[in-house]
Formats: sequence, structure tokens, C-alpha cells
Amino acid sequence: MPVPPFRTALSLAVLSAACALPAAGFAGIDDNTVAFVQSVEPAGLDPTVSSPVAAGQVTWQNVFEGLVTIDRNGEIVPQLATGWEVSQDGRQITFALREGVSFHDGTPFDAEVAKFSLERILAEDSTNGQKALYTVIERVEAPDAGTLVLTLSRPSSDLLYWLGFPAAVIVAPDTADTNATDPVGTGPFRVAEWRKGDRVVMTRAEDYWGEAAPLDGITARFISDPQAQAAALKSGEVDVIAELGAAELFAQFENDPAYTARVGTGEMEVVAGMNNARAPFDDIRVRQALQMAIDRAQVIEAVKSGFGTPIGSHFSPASPYYVDLTDLFPYDPEAARALLDEAGLGDGLEFTFKVPNRPYAERTAEIMQAFFAQIGVTARIESSDFPAAWIQEVFTDTDYDMTIIGHAEPLDIGIYARDPYYFNYDSPEFDAAMEAVATAATPEARADAYADAQRILARDVPALYLYSDPKLGVWDARLEGVWADGPVPANDMTDLRWTR
Amino acid sequence: MRRLKRIGRRLGGLAAVLTLASVVIFALIEAAPGDPALIMLGTGAQPDTLAALRAELGLDRPLALRYLDWIGGVLRGDLGMSYTYGTPVAELIVQRLAVTLPLTALATALAVAISLPLGTWAAHRPGGGVDGLATVFAQAGIAVPNFWIGLLLILGVALGLGAFPTGGFPGWDAGAGTAIHALVLPALALAIPQAAVLTRVTRAAVIEIASEDFIRTARAKGLTRGQALWRHTMPNALLPVVTMLGLQIPFLISGAVLVETVFNLPGIGTLAYNALAQRDLIVVQNVVLFFAVIVLASNAAVDALYAVLDPRLRGRR
Amino acid sequence: MTRLPLSLLVGGAITAAYLAAALTSRVWTPADPTAMNIARRLAPPGEAGFLGTDQIGRDVASILMAGAWTSLGIAAVAVALGAALGTAAGLAAAAMGGRAERAVMSLNAVMFAFPPILSAILLGALLGPGGGTAILAIGLFMIPVFARIARGAALPVWARDYVAAARMAGKGRARITLEHVLPNISGQIVVQLAIQTGLAILAEAGLSFLGMGVPPPSPSWGRMLSEAQTWIGTAPHLVLAPGLAIAGAVLGLNLLGDGLRDLTDPRRDHSA
Repeated sequence: MPVPPFRTALSLAVLSAACALPAAGFAGIDDNTVAFVQSVEPAGLDPTVSSPVAAGQVTWQNVFEGLVTIDRNGEIVPQLATGWEVSQDGRQITFALREGVSFHDGTPFDAEVAKFSLERILAEDSTNGQKALYTVIERVEAPDAGTLVLTLSRPSSDLLYWLGFPAAVIVAPDTADTNATDPVGTGPFRVAEWRKGDRVVMTRAEDYWGEAAPLDGITARFISDPQAQAAALKSGEVDVIAELGAAELFAQFENDPAYTARVGTGEMEVVAGMNNARAPFDDIRVRQALQMAIDRAQVIEAVKSGFGTPIGSHFSPASPYYVDLTDLFPYDPEAARALLDEAGLGDGLEFTFKVPNRPYAERTAEIMQAFFAQIGVTARIESSDFPAAWIQEVFTDTDYDMTIIGHAEPLDIGIYARDPYYFNYDSPEFDAAMEAVATAATPEARADAYADAQRILARDVPALYLYSDPKLGVWDARLEGVWADGPVPANDMTDLRWTR
Repeated sequence: MRRLKRIGRRLGGLAAVLTLASVVIFALIEAAPGDPALIMLGTGAQPDTLAALRAELGLDRPLALRYLDWIGGVLRGDLGMSYTYGTPVAELIVQRLAVTLPLTALATALAVAISLPLGTWAAHRPGGGVDGLATVFAQAGIAVPNFWIGLLLILGVALGLGAFPTGGFPGWDAGAGTAIHALVLPALALAIPQAAVLTRVTRAAVIEIASEDFIRTARAKGLTRGQALWRHTMPNALLPVVTMLGLQIPFLISGAVLVETVFNLPGIGTLAYNALAQRDLIVVQNVVLFFAVIVLASNAAVDALYAVLDPRLRGRR
Repeated sequence: MTRLPLSLLVGGAITAAYLAAALTSRVWTPADPTAMNIARRLAPPGEAGFLGTDQIGRDVASILMAGAWTSLGIAAVAVALGAALGTAAGLAAAAMGGRAERAVMSLNAVMFAFPPILSAILLGALLGPGGGTAILAIGLFMIPVFARIARGAALPVWARDYVAAARMAGKGRARITLEHVLPNISGQIVVQLAIQTGLAILAEAGLSFLGMGVPPPSPSWGRMLSEAQTWIGTAPHLVLAPGLAIAGAVLGLNLLGDGLRDLTDPRRDHSA
């Protein structure tokens, strides 16, 4: 494959002349395939083990499917289960399973397979990173091939939603252990090749149980640098960027008719967590004052070129349960100073700001530092190698004053009730609100409970609430069916088609 | 016989240095904060899940045993399995070398193609116009960071002219032409500082050798300047150039890490960088050890080349 | 009357200018290098400040000046560290010979086996990114460089007659090293100080580019370049200015080093 170096050097002139042509070998409309950008390469392709987000972004829906799934509007819809019934006391869910489904290797799907998949999540030696979401399941039974019964330790309004997530896709017993490198699912595509560090190539699976995908094949391309993502789209190397990494690159596509550019809603909340157990952050007045020191609109303008929504609590505006609480502690340096005075810190305050070495975090932190300076607060920025060192220092050891991170998981407000969790926030009132969410009998009660939880956080400010990231999607204008919003971190390509 | 003994001692020394290096690598990487299992599972993971994954990866074994496992494996040719990818490390390294090797080879070829003619021409008439140009190039080329050259090439050539891609690698399946096309700009970024160094060395070597007695004798015997250059000066001037090429290998590797990052190439530099970020310890250990082997081997090769090519040195070492 | 080499004059002037900028930045810059102005972000050169503004509206000229302090400071401290330890090791090796020399040189070989940026990234992972890490990483890499040069320069000195005479007179190895060897090799060490400081600036820029350098808001040329990447198409001045600043500093130091070499050792060809 490599050409002898000398010949290469000599043939450069010839090459550069040939290079003005569009690069050959890139797929697209001509061979009815789509290449999409995925910024983080997953550790393995099995979303039920290890890094579930990145794995799901490649294989969820494309290769693997669940009992239920989440559609592009964030609704729970049937998939390998055709329907379900919840018992009166809310402690039993009975699924009717789809018939005639088989895995890519021919293994038939039935209740035993579904039982295996769920029990594998719950097993003692399970390596499913999201296991905590499913531990409410007490027992899994398969009374017949077409029926699956889940018995819960308590009613849970969230379980069905989480069953639609990548971490709960259905896998077959024989191939479960090798799915990470050689995935075998029930989805409309199968993995043909994984070129590490570069791409995963998927081709249409024949004998798919549902309607066949319109595309012949899809490719996930791993490109982390936003500039490179944009360049790859422009050169035709990729066709879809579901989430452009840098907002400042978005504008160039908005006015270009060759591309569709959509500002979708995303689930990412960027928050500056504080160590609530450590002085002076154990004083609610200090936290509130710091929240009032920040002009969120300016932060969004500078970091996200204006694309983003200020948030006042740990909820994204994309959620149907969202309550706008940004007015509770708006930008007001005078009031912030007064509150610090009241807390006995009128002479100033100094702390370390542990910042992951990621561009969005560093940029945001730098601006916050300037805002803090306006009220006499000195934040010393300390870089933290992300993810390894950051997880260790902030998450595991909670050895920090303030940090900043984007929380990408949807509906993750429950993290404030977790003990331990890096905020060291402890509020029985909040825990009660989360309990009310879990046991809510009606959608209205659930929405009310979520609203309560958001209000408690907005008032207590365990973390400074900054902004919610939109999902800036750009793709070839001849493509139809791309998800504009991101209710689940995913690249569902099953419904894409080329037009014209 | 003495020669064999010397080679034996040299190899023994290399092995000792490598062993020490492997201990340093292992200790450095192990001491770095960060739990591979936690990074893989994410922050939502529970303690029992973490413990299960640690056991699966063998991270619960004592340090000394894990070091011996690693080195024992390396000696048997088994580099172990990547934690994150779940595939053999050797396979990963080979895949990535398919980018980095052609990249560095192309860069070296470009550097030689620029520097040999330029340095020789400059030496032809020291103080002349070409010499001035060569000196400016040599000084400027050494002073600019290669990743900045990469950014400038992206700005000027890729974005400006649209003649080359701004980054990424289509893979060798896309055809050798397409693949090499994607490597041209990064190779150029890597080559310019190398070419600057080599131009200096070539120029100095040619000047020095041209003034030596045997060249004068050759000229006196009636050889033209050009003939003397090709038959006598160049072969001798190549020695310092090749030496410098060998000594530049650590910098070439360092440069590749940065340039691969700028151009988003799935090479071995980005493999090391990302594996370290993910604390895929076994991959990092092997890649760093691999680099150490390359550096030491190239140094040894330069020494050996000296011994073979330069008869004056034979007695002295 | 010796004529000063041109490269010494030019290199010295450039280096002096950078030093002046770095020192001045401690008390004065055209604008506050950390003061953001989001309304005036990404202004091209001339429009706001003579080098324009960056992605959060800070004055690029002021950041570059303040960045000189960071880059030169880290490079200087790192090289001082490496030169002190490396020269000491090299001198000791040359003075003692035998096993001690072999031990020093193999330790050297081990350190030399690690490609510089990679070992710096490893150290960054261990100690966390920051100025101290950068100094340590670069300084460590400088040790074998200076050790080799010091040893190489010291060996011929040990072979000279007057050193043999001094030994015969009963002077100890340490004393001979200090009285005869060090003064004789100091010229070569000074030359290397200049050249290696240039290399250290390049290394610091590379580390900062990878996010392993000083944390924000301390200005750093390498981090400026890394941040400028996404604006390469819209605000090219953010890519050009820091790169030119780095190249200028390294060029100045290299010329200075060449000039010093010509001055201290006129027989040697200046480009060898």
C-alpha cells in the first residue's frame, strides 16, 4: 500500500494537479449511502456495556433495538414489544413481544432473549454503566415466548422511558460477549467494518423484520475537531453533522442552499458545580451571590456565538417538564455584592475553579472568572485533564471548590438526590420531590413533581446554572429524515433518504 | 571477534536501557490519576459495576504482576488487549502505523528533496544569493512550530485554494492516490522544520568536504566541479545528513503527534494521545515503549552506519 | 578589534525586544489582556487595537505581550533547570569516568528514548496540566541534551597537558572541574542556552496547543493558536499573530546562539 517514498515525492506535482477534482471514494447520493459525523469514538459498539453514550450514538436504532424506543419527538413508542400493560399498583409491567424478529446472525428473538438482556443489566457482574436506572426491576419472567413480565420493587414512572434508551437494547445470549467489537442486533443495519480511530461502516441488513431502511449503508466518521467536521461536510466526505462541535462555524451553512442547517433542542445543561460541603459554598447566600454575578446571555454570546438558552435550574428547555427559572437570580452584580457582604465575605473571596481542558469549559470559565472579578471574587482557574483526572479529582474524590461541566443525559435531575455525588448537595426536600416524581400516578402529577424539583434547585443553587446547548445540525440539503432535535443522544439514520 | 563482542555489549546496553524505560513508562502511567473502568462506564456507574469491570480488565491484580504480565507478553509478541476498544493492541498499532509511517516517510522524503539540492547549491558559492536564501529558509524553518505551519497550510492551501482536504484520512481502500493526497499537507508541515535542519547540515558538510585534500586532488586530476561533487563530495557529505535524519526521529515523532491532531489523522500519535486521555493504560504503555524502541534503534543504526561508512572512525571507537 | 557577527546583533536585538515586551507587560500593556468585550469580539487588526481582538473581545496585541512573559518565563526556567542538572551530570561523567560515567550516560539514554512531546503529555497526565508541569517536562528533556554537550566538551579539556599537571600537583577532580573544565566549556554551554531556549519556546507552544500548558486566563501563545483553530476561516489574524510571535522569538534566540558561537569559536563555520 505505501508507495516508495521517493516516487511519492517526485509525483507530487502530478498529484496536486489531480487533486482539484472532488475526492473519489467518498460515498453519498451516488451509491445511496450516508456518512455522519460522530465526535467521540466509542470504546466498544455495545451500548449496554461501558461508555454508553458514544456507543449508542453509533449503533442505537441503526444496529440495536429495544423493547420500546424513543422517537424523534421524545415519545415512548413500541419496538420489539408491540404493547404493554401496567398493573393497578404500578408494580408490574407486562409486554407483548413482536413475532418474527431475528438477529443479524439468524438467532430468533423471543421472551427468553429479552429476559436474558434485562437480567444481564441487573446481574452482579454487570458492566452496564447505567445499571442504576434499572435496579427498580426486581424480577423478570417469560411465561411464554411472546410475553415478558417485569416486577418492580416500587412503582416507577421513568422505567419505560429508560427501557427505550441505548443502555437497554436487546442482545442475544450467544453474541452478548462479543457485541462490543462485533455487534449483532435486530436493527436495519449491521456493522460491516470498524476502522479504529476513523469510522464504523454499516450496511443494510437483509431480512429486517420491519420496513427496510431506504439507505443501502451508513458510515459513522469519528471527527472530534469542529473545524475538521465542517471541512469534511463541505468536501462531501460526510453528509450529516447531527451536532456541530463549534457554534461559530454554524453561520456559514445557514445561508448556503446546499445545506440544511437546523437549531434543534438538545439535552445538554452546562453547570458550574460547587462543593456544597466545603466552606464558603456551604452558605446558600454565597452560591446565590455567585449565580447573580454571571450574565448568562453574555456567556452564551461569547462561547456559543449566541446559540444557547440561559437556564435557571438543572433542566433543558427541550424537556416538556421545563420551567423557566432564570428570573430568580438574574444578573445583578450589586445584589450579588450585597449578599456576599451579608455572608461576611464583603472583603472578597478566593477559590480554585477546576476546569476540564475542553474548549467550551475553558472558554466559559474564563468569562465567568471575569464576571466574578466584578464583585471582588477571585476564581483561580486550574486545568484538569479530562476525562481521566477530572473524574478522579472532582467526581471520585470531590476535592474541588468549583468546577464546570456539561450534563448530557436527558432527565438527569435525579443526580442531585444521589449520595454520594460530586456536588455534595444534601436536601431532604429535594429527595422528597424526586420520590414524588418516581411514584407519580398521573402525567400531571409527574410534571408537578419535576417542577418542584427544578424550583428547589433554582433556589438552593447547588451548582451555577448557565446555559443549555442547542443541537446545531447541518446536513446535505438533499437528505430527508434527519433528526433535528436530540431527545436521546443518538444518530438514528434508519429513516434517512436521498431526494432529487 | 572483537567486533562481535562489541555488538553484543551494545545490544546488552540497549536491552538494559529498554528495561529501565519500560519500568519508567509503567510507573508514570500507573501513577497518573484516573480509573480506566470509571472512565469507560461514565459517572453514572455504581461501585459494584466498577468492581466487575476492573476485575474483567485485570486491574485488580497487584502492580508488579501486571508489569510482569505486560513485559512477558511483549517478549512473546503479545501486546495485550485494549481496554477501550477490546481489540488486540498490536492490531491497533499496525492500523495506525498505516497512516503514521507513510506520513513520516513522505515528510522525510520531502525534507530530503528540499534540503539536499538547496544545501548543496548554497554550498556551491557560499555567501551568494542562493546561499542567502538557504540561510533564511534554514533559520525560519527551524523557528516555526510545525503545527502552526499545518494551520497556515489549512488556511492558505486547503481553505484558500481548495486543492487539498483540511484534514481527515480516507483510508487506503479509497485508493493510494486519494490517501496520499490527504497526507500531503500534514507531511509538508512536518517536513519544513526537518528540511531547515537538513539544509544547514548539508550545506556545512558540502563546504567542509569540498575543502578537503582528496577533493582538491580529484579536481587537480582534471575532474570538473560537478564530477567531483557527485563522485566524491556527495557520498561523504551524506554521512552527516543521514546522522541528522536519525537524530531527528524523536522530533519527527513528537511533531507527528501535533500534526496528526491538527489534521485529524488517525495515526499513532493521536492513538497515544487519546488512549492516555481514556486511560487505556495498556495501549499507552505499548505505544510509548514502541516509540522508545524506534528512537533507540535509530540511534544505534546511526552509530552502526558511522562505523561502516566512515573508515576514519573504525579504529577510534 | 573584532567585528561582532551580524547574527549576534540581529538575534540579540530581537531577543532584547521580546524580553522588553515581556517585562513591560508586567506593568503596562496597550489594554488589559484579560478584559473581555463581547460586543467587539473578533475585530480584525486595525479596527480595535492594532492586532484586533480575539473570540471574547480581548486585545490581541496585549495578550501577545503578556504571552511573551509566560512563554519566555517557562522556557527560561525549564532551560535553566535542564542546563544546571545536565551540565552537572555531564561534567561529573567526564570527571569520574568508568562506571559512574557509564551509569550517567545510560540514564541519559533512557531519558533520550522518550520523544519530547510524548513524555510531556505523560507528565501532564500525572501532574495535571499547568505551568509547573510544562517547566518540568521541558526541563527534564533538556537534561540529556546538556549532559551530552557538557561531557563531549569536557573530555578534550581533561586530556590537556595543564590539567594533567594540575592533577599531578594533587588537585582533586571537583576542583579541576570547577577551575579548568567549566570555564573552558562555558562558551559552548552559553551557546546552547540560547538555542535550547528557542526549542523550549516551541515545546511550550506545542504543549499549550494540546491543552497541557498554563491554564487560562494566563495568556499563552500556544493556547491562543489552539483556540483560534475554529476561527481559522473567519478571523485568520488569530492564527497568524501568535504563530509569528513564536517564530520571531525562536528565530531571535537561534540567531543569538549562532552569533555567540561565532564569537566564542571563530574557527568553526557558523552554520555547522
